[in-house]
Amino acid sequence: MVTLTIDDREVIVPEGTSVMRAAALAGVSIPKLCATDQLDAFGSCRLCLVQIEGMKGMPASCTTPVAPGMKITTENRQIADVRRGIMELYISDHPLDCLTCPANGHCELQDMAGVVGLREVRYGYEGANHLKAEKDTSNPYFTFDPAKCIVCSRCVRACDEQQGTLALTIQARGFDSKVAASQDNPFMDSECVSCGACVQACPTATLSENSLIEKGQAEHSIVTTCAYCGVGCSFRAEMKGEELVRMVPNKDGHANHGHSCVKGRFAIGYATHPDRIVKPMIRTKISDPWREVSWEEAISYAASELKRIQAKYGRDSIGGITSSRCTNEETYLVQKLVRAGFGNNNVDTCARVCHSPTGYGLKNTLGESAGTQNFDSVMKADVIMIIGANPTDGHPVFASQMKRRLRQGAHLIIADPRRIDLVRTPHIAADYHLALRPGTNVALINSIAHVVVTEGLVKEDYVRERCEWDSFEKWRTLVGDPQYSPEAMESVTGVPAEKVRGAARLYATARNGAIYYGLGVTEHSQGSTMVMGIANLAMATGNLGREGVGVNPLRGQNNVQGSCDMGSFPHEFPGYRHVSDDAVRHSFEAAWGVTLRADPGLRIPNMFEAALDGDFKALYIEGEDIGQSDPNTQHVTAALTSMECIIVQDLFLNETAKFAHVFLPGSTFLEKDGTFINAERRCSRVRRVMKPKSGYADWEITQLLSNAMGFAMNYAHPSEIMGEIARLTPTFSGISFELLDRLGSVQWPCNAEHPEGTPTMHVGTFVRGRGKFLLTEYVPTSEKVNVKYPLILTTGRILSQYNVGAQTRRTENVRWHEEDRLEIHPTDAEDRGISEGDWCGIASRAGESVLRARVTTRVQPGVVYTTFHFPESGANVITTENSDWATNCPEYKVTAVEVTRVSQPSEWQKRFRDFTRKQEALVRQAGDDVFVKER
Amino acid sequence: MSETSHSHESGERLVTMANDIGNYFRAQGREEAIAGIVNHINRYWTPRMRQKLNAYLAQGNSGLDEFPRAAVERLNAQAAAASPQPAAGPSAAR
Repeated sequence: MVTLTIDDREVIVPEGTSVMRAAALAGVSIPKLCATDQLDAFGSCRLCLVQIEGMKGMPASCTTPVAPGMKITTENRQIADVRRGIMELYISDHPLDCLTCPANGHCELQDMAGVVGLREVRYGYEGANHLKAEKDTSNPYFTFDPAKCIVCSRCVRACDEQQGTLALTIQARGFDSKVAASQDNPFMDSECVSCGACVQACPTATLSENSLIEKGQAEHSIVTTCAYCGVGCSFRAEMKGEELVRMVPNKDGHANHGHSCVKGRFAIGYATHPDRIVKPMIRTKISDPWREVSWEEAISYAASELKRIQAKYGRDSIGGITSSRCTNEETYLVQKLVRAGFGNNNVDTCARVCHSPTGYGLKNTLGESAGTQNFDSVMKADVIMIIGANPTDGHPVFASQMKRRLRQGAHLIIADPRRIDLVRTPHIAADYHLALRPGTNVALINSIAHVVVTEGLVKEDYVRERCEWDSFEKWRTLVGDPQYSPEAMESVTGVPAEKVRGAARLYATARNGAIYYGLGVTEHSQGSTMVMGIANLAMATGNLGREGVGVNPLRGQNNVQGSCDMGSFPHEFPGYRHVSDDAVRHSFEAAWGVTLRADPGLRIPNMFEAALDGDFKALYIEGEDIGQSDPNTQHVTAALTSMECIIVQDLFLNETAKFAHVFLPGSTFLEKDGTFINAERRCSRVRRVMKPKSGYADWEITQLLSNAMGFAMNYAHPSEIMGEIARLTPTFSGISFELLDRLGSVQWPCNAEHPEGTPTMHVGTFVRGRGKFLLTEYVPTSEKVNVKYPLILTTGRILSQYNVGAQTRRTENVRWHEEDRLEIHPTDAEDRGISEGDWCGIASRAGESVLRARVTTRVQPGVVYTTFHFPESGANVITTENSDWATNCPEYKVTAVEVTRVSQPSEWQKRFRDFTRKQEALVRQAGDDVFVKER
Repeated sequence: MSETSHSHESGERLVTMANDIGNYFRAQGREEAIAGIVNHINRYWTPRMRQKLNAYLAQGNSGLDEFPRAAVERLNAQAAAASPQPAAGPSAAR
């Protein structure tokens, strides 16, 4: 600690504290413009000058660290004159339009002018200035008005330090200095990713949200959690009454620390998009027009159909599907309705198609179906291995944090068939890019493990102390076999042996090695095996149970972790406890007052099979668009068509709703209370900021349906639902809305043993006691390339669009990504006579679609890649029924295809367009009133 | 596609699933593999799925690998021991 004097007051602060910060802690506010607590000190505005006894001149307090015995004066006549002079210079080149400026009342420049007592500008306003600089309105979400810029560089530093894109710079010097995007391009044409960090950092109105310019300042704000990706950023929803003005990242957000991405920050317009349906509708057949009805009639019809179908086809003929679009409380209610109301366990969730192998693999090796760390742990990692994930696109705010660590010097290994951005990005270069062939993950992880076990890199003390030794020995024998040497596996994976050896040594010898992985691991026929392989490697190298290490599944969605935690599975109750566990089942039976089934129910893919067999006839679907997101679209739509009652609860007429008989208009995250759980196991509050536009939050609709089915639910508020979850689920027993209001968020387990949550899992001991090594024999996928289908299609996400695009396609984000494109290597393109932008037919044994080509070396020869955000691109028409052996998670990442140049849409696309036109016409027949009115 | 013809496809799919499970467990050796497959099917397959697989095999269809076949036999033996009257058809309506 350092003792110093500020304005004759003794102050004691930690070493390294800046004078400015020390003064603030002592209650002295030093004027500033370029300093902000979100960015490193810069010392450019010169407003924060102070006098320090024994130091020449007037140092900037923001960049001067305290020293023992320092004597600082923050205010006297001389300092005041200097500060006033500085402000005078700023204002001499600044528009005097405060009263009509979007920052009026919230402008730091305005504030500082008042603080320093500026009363005149002696230079006048006739000299050279920047007042006629033109605005850049290219970005749909914010405006850059350089006439108001004070060149404090906060935006440049925010893009550098917070976001890590480095799209902005200060161009030129002296009077000519100005903020420039990339090569002085409009923002939309630059490398800017529209995260909004610059807007957030700007102390003036230079960078302002267009919504703020249009609507004015908010009058209140409510902290809530983003409904997009698995980072789960905390935001302040700034409101005027019931109208959202803007979403501002919350500085106190435990997952995001005040940062955001284009989606959560700006892409909220879908909530009032003209497509949004806010009235219940029913129809008898899917060829009938929709009919607007009252809530009472819709619920009554839905319930009567479900009961009729069960009476005719049996108790197991109906089921439910939840999604991460909904809160934990809402997901819990749906699985409760299915188990207790429907009387079966036919409930599943969106995780089926993404991270279900994570749940299986980590549960069996480590003892818990979730990642082991928090995001902040990455700041202590020395080697970061990313396998089958693209964080800059899929988890952008976490990726920014990871990039900060990488810029500090951490090493990076990337295992991905494609050259993702992180392979080479400003100030970051991966030490190893293992560009493996799709479908060979387990071969790769086994060859890495081979190096570890044969080169003496196992942390044996750790393994002996914490793991089942006999399971380790069996695993060591398997991976130590010469068949798994990097040299032997090179022809399988396509990765040069020396790269594998280098990467393995780098990870295994790191002080702290952390593995982050995504759907490039799980969406394979050996998805669960690969998760186990990752866990095995982490255990063998001692990289579990402390900060900076771990096995980190990058869960893609805002509440996919939560929907799993809530037991929306056919085989598990909340808290990952099997339905056959008598003690657990009896506890739910006692709480719910019914007898529950002990045998597992149907997973989503099995529901489709059962539907086509004639056994499964009705579905209640909350927020999931299986018609677009599930593989082999034609198979899915055939299954949907064979059912007699599909109830879709959603915001829009999505692909699944086109086959529905009941449409229950759902609510957005802005319209309900509840909680989400992100990829860190972090439970955060979702807070209602406006009334549900349809009249009910999603949990209320489920409750109505349950009561109509004869199973009573009488919750008055989601906090009561969480109370029940906590009573019945040991890992959640300490969680309550009161706790979350007090702490902001908690990572489960949160219980008596961990009353404020668990940032790091498996400290000291694994959840299952000792870690178990599981054997990971490489079994090649049955999806093989051949003469007819010589290429492999793999899929992924892009920053600006989110999953099936239901939300982001209905925002300005389409400006960045208006269609799915097919990435193809130049060699493969040339072989086929394909040029950039050409229409290409992509055919697999499942079906055909057509996309426009993007010729790029980001993919390797033999591999093509696309995203899946637009239903008309039909990415899932091409994917097959192959799936993970343990969980049936679809093998989206490996589909054998051929690509040919075409001149017209595929047959499927023609049928899709016809069908879509017809279904849209059928909705319009329900009348305009079914659509949201607010714009 | 008719429900009858799909039930054949459905049976094939179940055989594939059982073989995929077997491919994972086979590295553990015969006894552990069979036990692992039995446990996995018990935990994750509905009774109806098991019935469909049996029905498919009873029609003379084959395709099950060695360990999954042994596992199915063991499951059927367990079911027979637990319930002397084999269940016929889907679960009854409540």
